[in-house]
Amino acid sequence: MPKNPDIKKVLVIGSGPIVIGQAAEFDYAGTQACRSLKEEGIEVVLLNSNPATIMTDKDIADHVYIEPLTVEVVEQLILKERPDSVLPTLGGQAGLNLAMELEERGFLKEQGVRLIGTTAETIKKAEDRLEFKLTMEKIHEPIAASKVVESIEEGVKFTQTIGYPVVLRPAYTLGGSGGGIAHNYEELTEILENGLRLSRVGQVLVERCIAGWKEIEYEVMRDSAGNCITVCNMENIDPVGVHTGDSIVVAPSQTLGDKEYQMLRTSALNIISELNITGGCNVQYALNPDSFEYCVIEVNPRVSRSSALASKATGYPIAKVAAKIALGYTLDEIKNAITGKTYASFEPMLDYCVVKIPRLPFDKFISAEHTLTTQMKATGEVMSICNNFEGALMKAIRSLEQHVDCLLSYDFSDLDEDELMKQLRKVDDRRIWVIAEALRRGISYEVIHDITKIDIWFIDKLAILVEMEEALKNQELTPELLKEAKRIEFPDNVIARLTGKTEEEIKEMRYANGIVAAYKMVDTCAAEFAASTPYYYSVFGSENEVVETRDRKKVLVLGSGPIRIGQGIEFDFCSVHCTWAFAKENYETIIINNNPETVSTDFDIADKLYFEPLTPEDVENIVNIEKPDGAVVQFGGQTAIKLTESLMKMGVPILGTSAENVDAAEDRELFDEILEKCQIPRPQGHTVFTAEEAKKAANELGYPVLVRPSYVLGGQGMQIAINDEDVDEFIGIINRIAQDHPILVDKYLMGKEIEVDAVCDGTDILIPGIMEHIERAGIHSGDSISVYPAQSISASVKKTIEEYTRRLAQSLHVIGLINIQFIVCGEEVYVIEVNPRSSRTVPYISKVTGIPIVPLATKVILGTKIKDLGYEPGLQPEADYFAIKMPVFSFEKIRGADISLGPEMKSTGECLGIAKTFNEALYKAFLGAGIRLPKHYNMIMTVRDEDKEEAVKIGKRFEALGYNIFATKGTAKALMDADVQVRMTRKIEQESPNILDLILGHKIDLVIDIPSQGVEKSRDGFVIRRNAIETGVNVLTAIDTAGALVSSLENADVTKLSLIDIATI
Amino acid sequence: MKAFLILEDGTVFSGQSIGSTREVISEIVFNTSMTGYLEVLTDPSYAGQAVVMTYPLIGNYGICYEDMESEKPWPDGYIVRELSRIPSNFRSQGTIQEFLAKHDIPGIAGIDTRALTKILREKGTMNGMITTNENYNLEEVLPRLKDYTTGKVVEKVTCKEKYVLEGNGPKVALMDFGAKKNIARNLNKRGCQVTVYPALTTAEEILADHPDGIMLSNGPGDPKECTSIIKEIKKLYDSEVPIFAICLGHQLMALANGADTYKMKYGHRGGNHPVKDLKTGRVYISSQNHGYVVNTDTLDPSIAVPAFTNVNDGTNEGLAYTGKNIFTVQFHPEACPGPQDSGYLFDRFMNMMEVNK
Repeated sequence: MPKNPDIKKVLVIGSGPIVIGQAAEFDYAGTQACRSLKEEGIEVVLLNSNPATIMTDKDIADHVYIEPLTVEVVEQLILKERPDSVLPTLGGQAGLNLAMELEERGFLKEQGVRLIGTTAETIKKAEDRLEFKLTMEKIHEPIAASKVVESIEEGVKFTQTIGYPVVLRPAYTLGGSGGGIAHNYEELTEILENGLRLSRVGQVLVERCIAGWKEIEYEVMRDSAGNCITVCNMENIDPVGVHTGDSIVVAPSQTLGDKEYQMLRTSALNIISELNITGGCNVQYALNPDSFEYCVIEVNPRVSRSSALASKATGYPIAKVAAKIALGYTLDEIKNAITGKTYASFEPMLDYCVVKIPRLPFDKFISAEHTLTTQMKATGEVMSICNNFEGALMKAIRSLEQHVDCLLSYDFSDLDEDELMKQLRKVDDRRIWVIAEALRRGISYEVIHDITKIDIWFIDKLAILVEMEEALKNQELTPELLKEAKRIEFPDNVIARLTGKTEEEIKEMRYANGIVAAYKMVDTCAAEFAASTPYYYSVFGSENEVVETRDRKKVLVLGSGPIRIGQGIEFDFCSVHCTWAFAKENYETIIINNNPETVSTDFDIADKLYFEPLTPEDVENIVNIEKPDGAVVQFGGQTAIKLTESLMKMGVPILGTSAENVDAAEDRELFDEILEKCQIPRPQGHTVFTAEEAKKAANELGYPVLVRPSYVLGGQGMQIAINDEDVDEFIGIINRIAQDHPILVDKYLMGKEIEVDAVCDGTDILIPGIMEHIERAGIHSGDSISVYPAQSISASVKKTIEEYTRRLAQSLHVIGLINIQFIVCGEEVYVIEVNPRSSRTVPYISKVTGIPIVPLATKVILGTKIKDLGYEPGLQPEADYFAIKMPVFSFEKIRGADISLGPEMKSTGECLGIAKTFNEALYKAFLGAGIRLPKHYNMIMTVRDEDKEEAVKIGKRFEALGYNIFATKGTAKALMDADVQVRMTRKIEQESPNILDLILGHKIDLVIDIPSQGVEKSRDGFVIRRNAIETGVNVLTAIDTAGALVSSLENADVTKLSLIDIATI
Repeated sequence: MKAFLILEDGTVFSGQSIGSTREVISEIVFNTSMTGYLEVLTDPSYAGQAVVMTYPLIGNYGICYEDMESEKPWPDGYIVRELSRIPSNFRSQGTIQEFLAKHDIPGIAGIDTRALTKILREKGTMNGMITTNENYNLEEVLPRLKDYTTGKVVEKVTCKEKYVLEGNGPKVALMDFGAKKNIARNLNKRGCQVTVYPALTTAEEILADHPDGIMLSNGPGDPKECTSIIKEIKKLYDSEVPIFAICLGHQLMALANGADTYKMKYGHRGGNHPVKDLKTGRVYISSQNHGYVVNTDTLDPSIAVPAFTNVNDGTNEGLAYTGKNIFTVQFHPEACPGPQDSGYLFDRFMNMMEVNK
């Protein structure tokens, strides 16, 4: 069936801010789909509240709206843009839920707009627990004994009939929010209560627990003619019980025979047919390891994280094909872009093995529980490809950038056997390391399997790695042993450590024996057909397939690895735009990255894609083959920056700002010299190595002080200390995270925080705009609300900022991008941080100013002067609207995480509010971040002493809005003294009803809890905040955020939102 | 022990010996299935060939005798990247290493199977030798490799005597040219009583048993070598008995009706081949294993017309015989290994027999 000619203008709904469970994979899918639609001559209207995405670029869609993802906005947008169709299957659960609401309201029908890619009926059948169950029963697909319940009593009653443990899954939530396994009555009621609240429809599925079964997924596609194919299947190494997003996953399945493989494949095709899906779909199964019994766990009738992984694992572009199917094409009409010969109606065959490992945020949330459950916690993931499983696992481990490079990286050797067995029972992010230790102790496969339920096959593979460790430690390093170690991807540095040699010696020995990496192609067809798509992975001991290219200059673009807090998709945005800009300058572009969720690892972004870890050795292997003319490191975040020195050693010129100057910005002494030379003040500070030195420095400067390790990202390990005890504690924490670098102690200045991104050509600078943070200094810039243009600083301060930026950029010899953070106290401007590279705010500021700074920076890197780019150097004129970037958090997903904001970044994503007035922009930003108030008109305030004055003002304004304010003693007194109506509530340790009961009563809209700086001495605040977050209450921990929120509520008028097409800026 | 794979073009791969250490010359073909290695090994269509598995990790779930598609493994040799050192599956009854050794099948592991596949793809299927003799002499070996042909392998793989698989439904005569067990299983499952005949059984003998339908099976080798069988098949064509043919059976029926077959460059072997039903436009993913194909240009359209075509390369995948209760397919609706999407063809055959009654 050819394309439906009635489809001319399509509204694509994106997935909004990055949160745990809904991340960059939807930018990848959305971008691919939009490009696929445009390829077909379709006019694309895009709606996504997330400004950091590539899909919200005017190159990707014709009309771009970075607006809150609410039904009201979509309706208004449809009326404004008049698309004939809406494509909701690329925006994750957020997109699907919106489509459902639109359909339920009858709006689409009313306006004659069709839903493409899916139907409301399909969504309902797949997503509504009861309908899903009935549908599966109809086609005889087994599901675990289960019941949809709408109350706790109902859940308890059903559980009594099937017995504990039971799995609880709330309907219509993403990443399994609010779900879990209950082993007893207490757990059951707790999780149920939470789940019922989080579900959009107040339903929770209670089901027989099949924890311990194999978890298998199938990615299937179907077209309107009913043709179905499976793209790939995947096996979770972690059995059922761990969310697939948190599991180590291998593709294709390894322990299934053809009978099992085909049984589940046939089932998946039956399901996609019965659900009448046109597009992509993900089916998750639990397979009894001791029989052919299986259960369908879940069906996602849309592209998903797993489909992104399957696309990257096979080379089959699921989102692209799904978009074409939505237009009416059938699978046999869509060309396989990889081979260019075959069609989309085939099934990819792999001749390699793919391993995915989740990137978990426990390094950011030190207090959080590490336990992995059915609630996803990972912020991102890495993928690796090799022709053996051990190698793929080893590569994935070192791609994580979590100070791990082999199975020895977490040391459990000091545990006695009892403790080790106990540890083995813990299902957490370090489980494979614990298993490795158990294997080293000679604990049998069977015992390990009985405890973990991990298949023996995988345990044996871990044993092979452990045996290699032993061999390297105990045997003479012969060329044969080295060859075998490299075949299973032991990195040189690990071999060096184990053999007591140097890394250089290992490398020499490898080269002398011809043990070098070779690159194989991902071609979707196991070499059956010739493919021209240069998508490569490395192996040892094989023939190299990379085609030598020498016709154009070559540039190496280093990606930013897994998405983690502090390094999100912003850097993928930068890498991709840089790659495109180089291509425009007729460069051959080469990307190295290992993140399957991103646009940069799509096979048609760069001329060549190497899906590899970003370590010096892995990069050097590629450099040896490609011999690039230069490398760009300034767009790939800290990941790429960290490789600068190694690249220089390999003789690869760094394009743009040189390595010495990157160092100068990080090295305290060099940096101080530069500031002095430029006559720019910075908060006073010292470089120290020990706690004693730190305390001495702190007392000299006067508390409060900022304590942080150098060379970090996202403010990791940064804290505000108010006394000596704090300093001791922080230095202890920093040293625990093993720092080779010194520790910085700075005077903490309470001022406005200002941020600037600029392009510098060595002489001139171009500043697209100045951004101001709503929260005062002390809160990480990534967690602050950022306003463009800056509101509360004077023209002369702006001049000073422009001048300081120029001086700094010139002195650091910046060629390309620079990001500077300032503190403004009155008319005084201090520099607090300089990053001679792209930053988190680059996509945001590019979009809201319409100045494409990444392509501009790339041109500058290649020698063009700013004056020749059509811009007047210096600070650009301010736009006549306001754009506010709002951080978005995923606190409810991470049990035990402290949500109070500080110098360490905690947000996972961001959204934008853009409007002609400041208040509307602010309102949109809060709306986009999911803060939809008022509901019950009840709020709680508990504020530290230094903020009481402002808290009173804010309280008054909330009162005027009709809010009932509850407060603990101190805050209540302050409010009462100012004639604010307030109800005093008892503290947590006092008898019920106290503040906790109030929160758990589900009648509270908002908690404003401003903890004291420094290490909080009481756990009260923590408990209050955690409980509030887990009951779905909005919690603000900075007084300035509270001020901004009340301003936005004072100016809320949903019906009159103005919608701005970013593409016209 | 070291082993070598020597190709007709002089390429030598060196790896480790698996299974038997006996030297063997055979035609080297590759299969892209990611699962079902035992089904591949026991598919009689591989007689006279050595199989390369493109999926690098083989043996992961061990051997389950129930999954065998015939009584023994047929390939002359087995070529893999890596054999799992332990199998893991609740049904596993042994390792592939033991299985190969027990059946005296030589093999080689640890070679770059992707590089080998690319050679076969680019230069076409070729002959090769697996040997553990480190002192092989290329000048002596290469002419021997060139001389090798698979020969009349159907006679080698077919059953020796006719036998019956009981059932209450229609009586089906299954011509065993190297039939995979799952063909009979599929018919049995639908109630058929299946009588399996040796390949050289005459048409008269089969027709004398008054079957309700005739099934022509898959099998190895060049179809044109089966001259006497083709003659018998022509007689079956002339009878009014409904016929369903798979793979070699499909080719033989075409040859019997004057069409020609030719050898493909490297054939279709795997579980991911899209075939299009030309009548409905539907595409099915099929299991395939063939090196020869019917040349539809040589087909008399008044006798038969294409019914299925391969979406990838447009080659013929099935024929519908005009005015006859005969349809034939190049792919394997019985799957095992591979997708079961085209299993409905057995139902079509059942219908045909029902209607013809």
